[in-house]
Amino acid sequence: MDAVAVRQPEMAHEPHPRESFIRHYIFSIDHKMIGKQYFLTTMFMALVGGAMAMLMRAHLGWPDNGVLSPEQYLQAVTMHGTIMIFFFLTVMLTGGLGNLLIPLMIGARDMAFPFLNMISYWTFVPGVITILLSYFVPGGPAGNGWTAYAPLSAVPAAEGGAGLGQTLWIIAILFVVISSLFGSLNFLTTVINLRTRGMSMGRLPLTIWGAFVTAVLALLSFPVLMAALGLLLLDRLAGTSFFEASNLIIGGAASTHQGGDALLWQHLFWFFGHPEVYILILTPMGVVSDIISTFSRKPIFGYKAMVLSLAAIGFLSFLVWGHHMFVSGMHPLLGAAFMGSTIIIAIPSAIKTFNWCTTLWHGRIHFTTAMLFAIGFVSVFVTGGLSGIFLAIAPVDLYLHDTYFIVAHFHFVMASASLFAILAGTYYWFPKFFGRMMNETLGKIHFALTFLGIYGTFYPMHFIGLHSNDRRLYETTAYPFLSHTGPVDVFVSLSAFLLGFAQLFFIANFLWSLKYGPVAGDNPWHANGLEWTTTTPPPHGNWEGALPAVYRWPYDYSVPGARDDYVPQTVQAIPLVAAAGAGGGEA
Amino acid sequence: MAAVGTHEAEQTAASRWAGGRSPFDVGWGKLMMWLFLMSDALTFSGMLVGLWTLRLGSPTWPDRAHIMNIRLVGVMTAILICSSTTMALSVYETRRGARRRAVWFLTATILAGFAFAALQATEWTHFILDGARLNTNPWGVPAFSFTFFIITGYHGLHVVGGCVYLWAMAHRIAKGLSGAGGLEVAGLYWGFVDLVWVFIWPSIYLL
Repeated sequence: MDAVAVRQPEMAHEPHPRESFIRHYIFSIDHKMIGKQYFLTTMFMALVGGAMAMLMRAHLGWPDNGVLSPEQYLQAVTMHGTIMIFFFLTVMLTGGLGNLLIPLMIGARDMAFPFLNMISYWTFVPGVITILLSYFVPGGPAGNGWTAYAPLSAVPAAEGGAGLGQTLWIIAILFVVISSLFGSLNFLTTVINLRTRGMSMGRLPLTIWGAFVTAVLALLSFPVLMAALGLLLLDRLAGTSFFEASNLIIGGAASTHQGGDALLWQHLFWFFGHPEVYILILTPMGVVSDIISTFSRKPIFGYKAMVLSLAAIGFLSFLVWGHHMFVSGMHPLLGAAFMGSTIIIAIPSAIKTFNWCTTLWHGRIHFTTAMLFAIGFVSVFVTGGLSGIFLAIAPVDLYLHDTYFIVAHFHFVMASASLFAILAGTYYWFPKFFGRMMNETLGKIHFALTFLGIYGTFYPMHFIGLHSNDRRLYETTAYPFLSHTGPVDVFVSLSAFLLGFAQLFFIANFLWSLKYGPVAGDNPWHANGLEWTTTTPPPHGNWEGALPAVYRWPYDYSVPGARDDYVPQTVQAIPLVAAAGAGGGEA
Repeated sequence: MAAVGTHEAEQTAASRWAGGRSPFDVGWGKLMMWLFLMSDALTFSGMLVGLWTLRLGSPTWPDRAHIMNIRLVGVMTAILICSSTTMALSVYETRRGARRRAVWFLTATILAGFAFAALQATEWTHFILDGARLNTNPWGVPAFSFTFFIITGYHGLHVVGGCVYLWAMAHRIAKGLSGAGGLEVAGLYWGFVDLVWVFIWPSIYLL
């Protein structure tokens, strides 16, 4: 009756005719091609978002030169945040890495619903086009921050970019939201239903655990943003006033909108917004765990603790959104509750950090570029995490709110950490998907400059933040108490340019290696994951012949008495003594 | 589709979650529908939270019993709830192989859906004729009318969309293209539309 369960299209057995160019490269339903489409599109968006950052720093370092007008400056800030968060990090981690890795790492032929996967990408593309279009409309793009706080975002006459630019912003984000929802439906269904024989949940690589919890967060938080954006759009276009309070005076005239509540937007937005920042960090945590384990040639320390802390962070992420709103006039008791739940997040985060360090402890560390970025991830995550504890304390936050201190905090803990993991993952998995190795020398130059650039850019921001430099100030020189921070701003700007310059090494390396890199074998890193057991690059359907069966967890490195220092997940008969077991034991 | 419980699967599946099978014994379609409904529930939650925030923040709120035809809405609710029964019967008949009867029950479900939507349209018409608009209404609390239109409108879209979905399923059942499994997935959606109304109904009309 109910013909259920494991639906594995047996594509590998069919001699598939050569697909047309359009079916293969444009409207592909192969998760690897879709993943590459996402990867390249989001990398392009990262360049756009990065260019915005360069413009901001060019202005802030030398505010008297008039690189940007006040309006343009706010628009650059907004578009930098919007593009980096929605169009680069979120989609790169889910659409890009998630698509590329999930089926290969769990032993599936493709996603559960490949067609929906394609639709998901082609819902994302109109979003990209819409947000880029918003640069070319009268008034320019949105300019009131990536959080689109009402009423600035709800009143078209509020400021330059609040007209058509803001409307296009909302529509673009709606596209991304719907695309991400399609994606998370696919990811969850795939991980739950399509794991190959023997790939129990307790043997999943942590990358997949990260992607899985991420998909849960996306599934539960994006719809709330979708509702909020829909209501905001109606406020702007149809005359409702969900987010516009009564008696607003705009340009000297009273607004016709009545009865709304601007705080409602903040609550709905941050109910999404906080899980969102964990959407940007959980997959990276998984990626980094896998890479650190591989290049330390040691099992990951505390696998179960790692999984539980991922889940705990995911769960807590829905209970802490109020810590973004300590200064919003929220009831202090409510603020105290949010403060408590926020501080608790330090526990699972610390568990993860200690476990990464313990995995490195006494390992035989191979300092590949991927490993350097993974270790760099731990560094920036800790730096940003520590300042997070300051910000979690409501009374301290009252002082630090909206200063450069918070800019430093989230750029370390979320943006840089996420970026480092994406770069680590790219160096690590590039050989599998493109069949060639990336250049290690260029990679190490890239890492060194990026690491210096990140710390040079964001570390001094702590100090100008403590000095009460508001993060949205157009011109610091106008305020006497900020007159001493000018040189720091110059240093930060120069570091930011170094950071931007460093990425050219990555782009050059990526493009050069595509064509001229040394040919990679199936398993160049001697890693255990399932993705390394298939040919490079993986064929349509991922494995020639039958799907592999899994007999162990992916962290059997340096098993005592073993012939090699790695035992792939597909190895059944152990040419070695005991130890390995059925996954979970720490060697 | 390969069935669960094949020789291969049984050999290695020490537990439901050991891989090589669906842990809940459901196909991807049904699982995906469950997940979609969870996310859609949160979309509705966002809207209802919006309604209650604005309502509790407003000094007054119009008395619905004088403005709306509560009896008519009661009939609408009854029709929608009954349509879940015919939906379930349709799945039951498909499972027994009685496709003809299944299609009849589906038709009844679709008609009920349209009846609900038609009564909702009547309700809207009265409301609009009384002077209610998105940004204003005669009872003085703008949030009262715009929350009403947006939330019932979004639910109404779900009902009409569901009717189209069920109509497509009726076609597929009649032609033998879909089985009880596929229809059950559609039934999940229909049950959800019904369930959401049970939250909207008191929020807008009763409380």
